[in-house]
Amino acid sequence: MSILINAYQNVPTGFRKVLYFHWPLALLLTAVSCIGFLMLFSVSGGNFDQWAKPQIIRFCIGFVAMIIIGFTPISIWRNISIPTYIISLALLLYVEYFGVTGKGAQRWIDLGFIKLQPSELMKIALVMVIALYYDWLDSEKISKPLWLFPPLLLTALPMALILNQPDLGTAILLGSGAAVVMLLAGVSLWYFLAGVSTIFGLIYFVIWSKGTNFQILKNYQYRRIETFLDPSSDPLGSGYHITQSKIALGSGGFSGRGYMQGTQSRLNFLPEKHTDFIFTTLAEEFGFVGGITLLTLYIMIILCCYLTAMQNHNRFGALLTLGVAATFFFYFCVNMLMVMGLAPIVGVPLPLVSYGGSAMLVLLGAFGLVQSAHIHRTR
Amino acid sequence: MGTAQLTLIGALAWRMNQLGVKKAKKFRTLAEENRINISLQPPARGLIYDRSGNLLALNRQVYTIQMVREQTNDPQAVLNRLAQLIPLSDTKITDILKEMLSRRAFIPVTVATGLEWEHIAAVSVNAPSLPGITPKLGLNRQYPVGPDFAHIIGYVGPVSDYDLAQVNDKDPLLLIPRFQIGKNGVEAKAEKTLRGKAGTKMIEVNSVGRVMRELDDQPGTPGANLQLTVAHELQRFATERMQGESSAAVVMDVNNGDILALASAPTFDPNKFINGISVADWKALNENDYRPLANKTVQGAYPPGSTFKMVVALAALTLGVTNIQEEVNCPGHKDINGRKFHCWRRGGHGKVNLRKALRYSCDVYFYEMSLRVGIEKITETANALGLGIKHDLPLPAIHSGLMPTKKWKQRNKKEDWYIGDTANAGIGQGFVLASPLQLAIMTARLASGSQIEPRIINMFDDKQTKIKGISPLSFDPAHLDIIRTGMYDVSNHPRGTAYSSRLKSTEKIAGKTGTSQVRFISKTERKNGVTKNEDLPWKRRDHALFVGYAPYKNPRYSISVIVEHGGAGSRKAAPIARDIMQKALSLGQNSYGPIHNRKRSKLDNLKRKPT
Repeated sequence: MSILINAYQNVPTGFRKVLYFHWPLALLLTAVSCIGFLMLFSVSGGNFDQWAKPQIIRFCIGFVAMIIIGFTPISIWRNISIPTYIISLALLLYVEYFGVTGKGAQRWIDLGFIKLQPSELMKIALVMVIALYYDWLDSEKISKPLWLFPPLLLTALPMALILNQPDLGTAILLGSGAAVVMLLAGVSLWYFLAGVSTIFGLIYFVIWSKGTNFQILKNYQYRRIETFLDPSSDPLGSGYHITQSKIALGSGGFSGRGYMQGTQSRLNFLPEKHTDFIFTTLAEEFGFVGGITLLTLYIMIILCCYLTAMQNHNRFGALLTLGVAATFFFYFCVNMLMVMGLAPIVGVPLPLVSYGGSAMLVLLGAFGLVQSAHIHRTR
Repeated sequence: MGTAQLTLIGALAWRMNQLGVKKAKKFRTLAEENRINISLQPPARGLIYDRSGNLLALNRQVYTIQMVREQTNDPQAVLNRLAQLIPLSDTKITDILKEMLSRRAFIPVTVATGLEWEHIAAVSVNAPSLPGITPKLGLNRQYPVGPDFAHIIGYVGPVSDYDLAQVNDKDPLLLIPRFQIGKNGVEAKAEKTLRGKAGTKMIEVNSVGRVMRELDDQPGTPGANLQLTVAHELQRFATERMQGESSAAVVMDVNNGDILALASAPTFDPNKFINGISVADWKALNENDYRPLANKTVQGAYPPGSTFKMVVALAALTLGVTNIQEEVNCPGHKDINGRKFHCWRRGGHGKVNLRKALRYSCDVYFYEMSLRVGIEKITETANALGLGIKHDLPLPAIHSGLMPTKKWKQRNKKEDWYIGDTANAGIGQGFVLASPLQLAIMTARLASGSQIEPRIINMFDDKQTKIKGISPLSFDPAHLDIIRTGMYDVSNHPRGTAYSSRLKSTEKIAGKTGTSQVRFISKTERKNGVTKNEDLPWKRRDHALFVGYAPYKNPRYSISVIVEHGGAGSRKAAPIARDIMQKALSLGQNSYGPIHNRKRSKLDNLKRKPT
């Protein structure tokens, strides 16, 4: 197989694509987004224009984009994987020097109508390019050490740039997504075990490096790690976020305090209540039931992706679908672990629910790719 | 891969369950603590009424003006405009501005306190040009009849660190800055009932403390209203009648012990203490020789002098060591163990029986009787009449007086009891001490023959306080009658010591004068002629006393008056007592007037709640 192919075997064409569109998946995505709109309306204290309205507009744009991307043949997406990756990398390099600074990290390009986060775009571009790589690579070469280097390099470049922003959360998500695609492509499990042990070694090294001349993370990131380990050590400073977050989650109880009745978020005790910590408001107002419902919807989205990937004999499409699903999975997992005090606060939004343009558009775009893979799957 | 994902999802669900279901209560509490601020609402202090229902202590509405910086663009200009309406100095404005800038923009800062209604009216009218300014209502104690009840009601004052250390009182109200608590008199003694229960205001605040809304407003329970047994009309009359003297007078109902007047002169204005008294005022009160701050009616203990002779007479009759006929010769003095004990009348009274002895206040007769009775029996009788006993009244520093015994002298003076001590006690001198209240009780018991106890609080709200002990005294009523006829003679026999101060109406007064020495008269001084009282420095002059009751038939009121260093009781104390008694009798039936109870006050509070 060559890098570029142009195959239209057995695929629906024209309006028949509408029938083959993965409607259950689209429905689930809409459901989760609607939960997001509800929560954004709630945390703004009933101000529709503040967050809910822009979010709905972005969802609509994203949904149309998803349909367009989904109707576009998967081979075209396969073919533009490399340019997409290169453009994303270029944008990452650009924000390194010209990006808009927000909360101590260089992350955005202000395009006027949207604050574009190239790191979001890179998550998908990386999955695409690695899927392409393993689609192209002969199956017997997959676990050869030499052939591991291209994907590792492809991953390491953007990771380094994003870590430098510094955005630890996104970097971890990026690495994890790439690793899952590689694992599913058939790379030997032993590499991953080795990789995981190396990472733990690195973590140890990172913590150990604190206070030395070659300190790897910023001070605020160390503080976040420390307060993750013991939130009560600094209840008014760095521990404030996680303490208030847990209070909000816990005070919801089984069935919650009722919509728009969450005191923690409405009275601003919660930090970042419309972005990273939106799940706490959901749990406060709808309780355990609300939290489990959202989790179930997420799991169903993942399951949809797995099912279509298993039916898909197009290796690129299947890998891409699984990669998107894995990235999505890591997204909500890390966010929930973080707000529930099981992981350090690394700044990962809740997918489709948290307020944020780039993430919403990129995610819907990514699911557009999943749709494309689904419609144009090799049967 | 799937296993790893399932594990993670399981972990998420488990954690959700743990936080949201298992520990929900704890976190709910924490969330409530986050958002709810509780502020105390001081209750309205109980009102104090006199016998006929006149207000003696009330809560005046005072206003505080607060300002919120964020509600105005130019706080300086607003304050300058405000300064034209209320007294506000430039330096104060500077201070307020500084304070406002050091706090968050929405925190109210107090601009002025203790403002009158006129100021508030002016501010309210100009409200549109004073953005950010809000008047707040508070309560301040006030004593409308001022000095008349200063010694009974006392006063309130801002709670001090000293108070907090003194009282074991966990009431959170005491932690409110400048919260007013009773410092003296009934205000202090009935503090718990007068104070009431704090109300609470629960407000919801956001993370920076801004008030979002009011959740709950419990106005609190006002303190119980209180009615004194004292009649304001009589109290005021007594206070004014004694003006210029250092003096005390007690009027009591002989049938139930109700105190109708408890006046101590000079007095002071309790309103000066409410918000803290100035140093100059305090000095003036404290350094006055006439001790205006002391409530002499219960805190002062004086040698009762001749007013004590009824006790000795009653003891002698009870013991049977004399009878109504027996006469004792008074040559003007009595030799006891080689020492001369003089009668106040140098020439003596000749032969006197008990009735005459009381009438003329013959000292020799009582020297003789006291020696026959002995100090122990005298003290026993005195105690039965309420002397030497600390009576239970809600007033501070009540003096128990002193009725000596041999044991007492041994213990306190490390000396044996001498026979001369008994003779001195026989005429109410020496170690014997009594307060005006005790003398009034003694007289009331003699007059009524029952063991009445003093009572000064008639009721809290609608709950009457108990009237204690109206059981008859253990004395022979015939003996009491003999004493009474003697007392009748004092005021109504032309040669009685208080004849000039008798009541000329059909209702007669029966009494006894007393002039108690505060100095020792030496032999040489007596030989050269005793220095006239008027020529002595004030502090060494005799105390003038009078006790009595009226009407003689069907007694209603007993009275005791003491004029410190006033000279002769017949000349100084008896006229005062007569006038006060006349006033008391003129009050008519003098039954209790109605008062508001606190349920009513609560309604009033609700009604005047500012909108």
